[in-house]
Amino acid sequence: MDNFERGYVRLLKPIITINTLILGMVSTPLLAQQSTLNMTEGVTGISNTVYNLHMTILYICIAIAVIVFGIMFWSLYQHRKSKGAVAAKFHESTTVEIIWTAIPIVILIGMAIPSTQALILMEDTTEADITIQITGSQWKWHYRYFDHDLEFYSRLTTSQAEINNEIEKQQHYLKEVDNPLVLPINKKVRFLITADDVIHSWWVPAFAVKKDANPGFINEAWTKIDTPGTYRGQCAELCGKDHGFMPIVVTALEPEAFDNWLAQAQVTAKQQLQAEQQSLTQTMDMPTMMSLGEEVYNRACLACHQASGQGIPGAFPALKNSPVALGDVNKHINIVLHGVSGTAMASFAKQLSKKELAAVITFERNAWGNNTGDIVQPSQIDAALTSINQ
Amino acid sequence: MSEIQLKDNADKTILDAPAITTHIDHHSAPHGYKRWLFSTNHKDIGTLYLWFSLTMFFIGGAMAMIIRAELFQPGLQLIEPNFFNQMTTSHGLIMVFGAVMPAFVGLANWMLPLMIGAPDMALPRMNNWSFWILPFAFSLLLLSLFTEGGGPNFGWTFYPPLSTQYSPDSTAMFVFSIHLMGISSIMGAINVIVTIFNMRAPGMTLMKMPMFVWTWLITAFLLIAVMPVLAGAVTMILTDKYFGTSFFDAAGGGDPVLFQHVFWFFGHPEVYIMILPSFGIISAIIPTFARKQLFGYHSMVYATASIAILSFTVWAHHMFTVGLPLAAELFFMYCTMLISVPTGVKIFNWIATLWRGSITFEVPMLFSLAFIVLFTIGGFSGLMLAITPADFQYHDTYFVVAHFHYVLVTGAVFSIMAAAYYWLPKWTGYMFNEKLGKWHFWCSLISVNLLFFPMHFLGLAGMPRRIPDYALQFADINKIVSIGGFLFGLSQLIFVAVVVMAVRGGKKAPAKPWEGAEGLEWTVPSPAPYHTFDTPPEVK
Amino acid sequence: MTQPKIKKQLRLLIFSVVGMFGFGFALVPLYDVFCDITGLNGKDYSRATAVPMSSIDESRTVKVEFVTYLNKKLPWQFKPEIRSIELHPGERYQVSFVAINQSDQDTFGRAVPSITPGYGAQYLVKTECFCFQEQMLAANEEAMMPLIFYIDPNIPADISTLTLAYTLFKNEPTEVAMR
Repeated sequence: MDNFERGYVRLLKPIITINTLILGMVSTPLLAQQSTLNMTEGVTGISNTVYNLHMTILYICIAIAVIVFGIMFWSLYQHRKSKGAVAAKFHESTTVEIIWTAIPIVILIGMAIPSTQALILMEDTTEADITIQITGSQWKWHYRYFDHDLEFYSRLTTSQAEINNEIEKQQHYLKEVDNPLVLPINKKVRFLITADDVIHSWWVPAFAVKKDANPGFINEAWTKIDTPGTYRGQCAELCGKDHGFMPIVVTALEPEAFDNWLAQAQVTAKQQLQAEQQSLTQTMDMPTMMSLGEEVYNRACLACHQASGQGIPGAFPALKNSPVALGDVNKHINIVLHGVSGTAMASFAKQLSKKELAAVITFERNAWGNNTGDIVQPSQIDAALTSINQ
Repeated sequence: MSEIQLKDNADKTILDAPAITTHIDHHSAPHGYKRWLFSTNHKDIGTLYLWFSLTMFFIGGAMAMIIRAELFQPGLQLIEPNFFNQMTTSHGLIMVFGAVMPAFVGLANWMLPLMIGAPDMALPRMNNWSFWILPFAFSLLLLSLFTEGGGPNFGWTFYPPLSTQYSPDSTAMFVFSIHLMGISSIMGAINVIVTIFNMRAPGMTLMKMPMFVWTWLITAFLLIAVMPVLAGAVTMILTDKYFGTSFFDAAGGGDPVLFQHVFWFFGHPEVYIMILPSFGIISAIIPTFARKQLFGYHSMVYATASIAILSFTVWAHHMFTVGLPLAAELFFMYCTMLISVPTGVKIFNWIATLWRGSITFEVPMLFSLAFIVLFTIGGFSGLMLAITPADFQYHDTYFVVAHFHYVLVTGAVFSIMAAAYYWLPKWTGYMFNEKLGKWHFWCSLISVNLLFFPMHFLGLAGMPRRIPDYALQFADINKIVSIGGFLFGLSQLIFVAVVVMAVRGGKKAPAKPWEGAEGLEWTVPSPAPYHTFDTPPEVK
Repeated sequence: MTQPKIKKQLRLLIFSVVGMFGFGFALVPLYDVFCDITGLNGKDYSRATAVPMSSIDESRTVKVEFVTYLNKKLPWQFKPEIRSIELHPGERYQVSFVAINQSDQDTFGRAVPSITPGYGAQYLVKTECFCFQEQMLAANEEAMMPLIFYIDPNIPADISTLTLAYTLFKNEPTEVAMR
């Protein structure tokens, strides 16, 4: 490489970096818009405060970077040996050290003040209008309205077919659930967060709320939503294989709409309970159970035990030709109801209705050529729930 | 200094180095596998560490390639989520404990005795054991991936109860592997401290030591302080899982958050353990290629010590979302912000070293300059993370992943490569291929930024960590990141080529191949004789 | 180094090693003593405290909420009798938790408390609590488990709500140390 090329190559680095910096400066106004590049401003006072704090710190960092790297690149250009630079001899200066220690400290104090104010606001959970109990489990959320008799599970509804690239992914891929958390706007909502098994974390970026769900312990958080809408978040603490598959969806409604929803939801819950009680006296036939059972299986079991019923060797046991599905029906029921401790097999007693449980066990005992001919009835499930088999 | 009989090196490689020995040879240098298995020579042990680290870098890198391949597109294409979790866990463990830390220990072994004018490390036999524990430790860890239940899948931070009640049977292998790595590090640290305190050449006072020696001295104290804490944490995981204790189980009166406190009390100093030697390397290379003495030597020493001390006061900034009391959140926010002051001082001092120097841009200098810029970017994202209310939006997202990869890859790893290029002539006796080295640099620089810079955006846009599949709005950026990853991985093959070629031959290197270099290591021939400084040099 | 010096150093080293092991063992009772004295780790929250002579602070009320969680391994039902109560600090109150063993086997459960806000925990003073020891419920037995407590009048003014959560875990039927 001749001298000209060498010189050009040496200039490349400062040129590239100056260009990048310029690009960065130009793009920050772009970043300031809502995009897939920047933090959301969100829909609460706190989320806006956090966003502004984030942008302020970011701008300060960019400004410092421009100055510091500017000086550095200037030096790399100006003080090149190939340009004829001769090295100076100086190598210390107490004054300069004090200056560039003091100035950063002042800048940091400047940053710390608004940060402290924001944090104090965020941690004040008093005087809430409504309290929601949130419980994280592997791999779903459970919500309970503290002052009302309403509770439900909230599970991912994205189909396995989409995840396995068999069909096209829908708009809210991996961020859609069966039962969103419904909240009123303009009311201070307090969350009591815990977990059932491992540590999870409840995060909705639009609210700037993220709090770990620790098993056996309870954490508090709060928000006050300004705008109606649907807000989506995700679990933010590694919790096992489906950590990426337990999203959070919050539907925020005007207070009247919320009251209506709440009343309706309580009615629906009562009806479901009654239907459940009725199902205990019914005797279901095979086609009904297989059809319902398959639907439940696809929803709740397929992720681990697979559509083929063959599971994943070493991780999730097969149900096809398995001793459990072909053997003692009570043992099979017990496993589905209570899970298997020390494994990933969760207990489904609280997640599915007795009819659904009966159906899915029936399905497992007859699908994939298992053909035991057993039909499990909801009343058997009820009986099993009052008996404990280790 | 003793007379050295040089033979013609033209057909010899570094593996044949015993042929070049001083006349004070009191035993014939061993050959073959015994030389390496039983070595008590700091140069050979340094070489072993460095090759080991390079191998682990590629193994950990392969795991990263698997991760990026799965994340190339939304949907699950290649691997199951449980295996993905094993990959992310092992990638972290191997890079931290198998690539970065052993590389620094290898550099310490090679260079510390040379820099202080000592004939070897203070405890050469313990030095041997420190190294040879590592292949066992990592075999144990890697083999666990092949057990029936799979390898560790709970993140390199192994929080319980995921790592105790819900973990695979191979967790015991993981625990023992960590124990072994810890023992290796502690013994190495003891060796470093004793060597530096006891074996400096006459006239080399503490404040005359090269910065690499200073940073390693401080790093060694950090290691001794925190590796036992890791051993404790990992042992409590073992007993909780297998022996019925309840340290981290609420049912028995314990607390999962206790683990996080214990782990991060180790974990934060650990990341400074992984960067302080980098600072020493950069402080050696910049003055050489700026042909100007390091600016503010005393300041640099004090800043390094301040960083080390402060590193013990910031651990809970990894735990802002667990439900800490307000006072704790504020305390840790302030302390974390404070650490940026001495770090900034160091950066300013390096730039002041460049200022009005006479700068050239050989490969070690390119990597060092890139370090200064890119590590600083990592530092800025770290400062943003320190701000607790904002951290609630960054924690456990790709913003954090971007931050620590900037400080660890474009920080620590780049400094290791800078050091390798800087000292390769001393180790091998040959100049490396400068053109290939420059290709390695530019390919790495561009691809590494393609790989990690967009991760800032992913995190800000809301993508959590440790997920094998993601929502559609993250797809485009993930594709760019994955491409950057593949290119970065490929670029490292150039480095292997450069090293292997330099070991085998090339232009002969003089004792001091870099015009502006200072230090005792440049007073011995290249390649450095098997035994050096059998009589200590006089240091003015 | 001379022989006596080596012997002296060796004695010192062995003594240090033995001493460190001993210190490790001694840490167990030492820890208890330390936490008792300082009140750290909530070690005195799970023990009965003497009934105070202090007066009731009529000027303010604090809302105490009760929340229960059932670990999935335990086939019980576990609910508080009331969801919340407004109390004056200093006022003693008794609340019951209904526990029903829905199985047909005797099982043991242990309730682990957790209070939020965290710094308010020390002001919820339990004089009698079923959480102090494990509870045994016979098959199909229903029990009302009592909690008697008061709020320390020194509770800071900025706390207006205390939430007491109990998570009920299944215990093996062996002796469980009181904590």
